[in-house]
Amino acid sequence: MALDKPYKNIPGTTIFDAEQSRLGYHLNQFCMSLMKAENRVRFKANERAYLDEWPMSEEQKQAVLARDLNRCIALGGNIYFLAKIGATDGKSFQQMAGSMTGMSEAEYRAMMINGGRDPKWGRT
Amino acid sequence: MARITASVYTSHVPAIGAAIDHGRTGEPYWQPLFKGYEFSKQWMKEHTPDVIFLVYNDHATAFSLELIPTFAIGCAAQFKPADEGYGARPVPVVIGHPELASHIAHSVIEDDFDLTIVNRMDVDHGLTVPLSLLCGQPQAWPCPVIPFAVNVVQYPVPSGKRCFQLGQAIRRAVESYDEPLRVQIWGTGGMSHQLQGPRAGLINKEWDNRFLDRLIAEPAELAQVPHLEYVTEAGSEGIELVMWLIARGAMSDVAGSGKPPRVAHRFFHVPASNTAVGHLILENCA
Repeated sequence: MALDKPYKNIPGTTIFDAEQSRLGYHLNQFCMSLMKAENRVRFKANERAYLDEWPMSEEQKQAVLARDLNRCIALGGNIYFLAKIGATDGKSFQQMAGSMTGMSEAEYRAMMINGGRDPKWGRT
Repeated sequence: MARITASVYTSHVPAIGAAIDHGRTGEPYWQPLFKGYEFSKQWMKEHTPDVIFLVYNDHATAFSLELIPTFAIGCAAQFKPADEGYGARPVPVVIGHPELASHIAHSVIEDDFDLTIVNRMDVDHGLTVPLSLLCGQPQAWPCPVIPFAVNVVQYPVPSGKRCFQLGQAIRRAVESYDEPLRVQIWGTGGMSHQLQGPRAGLINKEWDNRFLDRLIAEPAELAQVPHLEYVTEAGSEGIELVMWLIARGAMSDVAGSGKPPRVAHRFFHVPASNTAVGHLILENCA
């Protein structure tokens, strides 16, 4: 009998479960490698060459190069791992989160100061 | 015997740590948040325990995808603040309590909770930000800390019900320790927040405040809330709140004859970066 995964229907949300984790294993482990300062330097010096050291899919590599975090998540990335890329780029967590919403940085920041996104957002 | 004197609950947003570390707590953006912790810092000075049992989650710092323990107890003599990609936080090394930690591990495992024992681990903002909020910027933390890491990163995470039961087992473990230690148990993380996808930025004040009400007054019923409600109502990262039920489960009114705890302090604020911040201090009544 199939597993019940009702969380798949939450709008604008990808729950990082065992299935996503399997898909994104190498992508996330690449991100983890950026915890070391020397790896951050090597990655920034030649991103493509650094990514090619990892058995990631071409789609995953392109998503990282484009800093397309929504795409990274669809391909198995988890935000706490992907945050290591943002840290390497000198981005705050708010900048990273905002980049996935289609809003500008200023718009996203203003939304948060005004109490955040309505929890009913995207529900039918 | 050792006993649990109080439980403390707080969000552990990394930006709060950065604001403290970079001397920005007086800025208009941060002032209201830190004002909510002024009472707590004074309370902490007056009620410094012998040990803090600190429930938190690791954020892809000590645990990558190589190893994903559901419940991990830190039994080491000390734990270094981790470099999470921005350099390590300039906070004191966390001194552990290996004797009590090993005792709790032994007791809780015999009580059917299969903990992972960790003898070497760096600790991230999940653990150090709550310490900073309650203790300020001391040269050394005021007492030893036992880190207790819960997987809330990869689904499925433990249920609220399981966390609440685990808290009860931790209380039994503490109370079977011979030395008369005063132990606080802290539950951290939350409140509503979502850090990913087009729905990032979600905040649900109503749900959060109802959670605080119920955590105080009817924790056993609150523990029945399924995962789906947390992620739907409080955002994908709001699931961290299950960890608060571990601390609440360890209080003496649960499954026993103790009186309801005294609410020493309650605070709620939006936002800290992407997150709603909640904070409670509950004292066990003698």
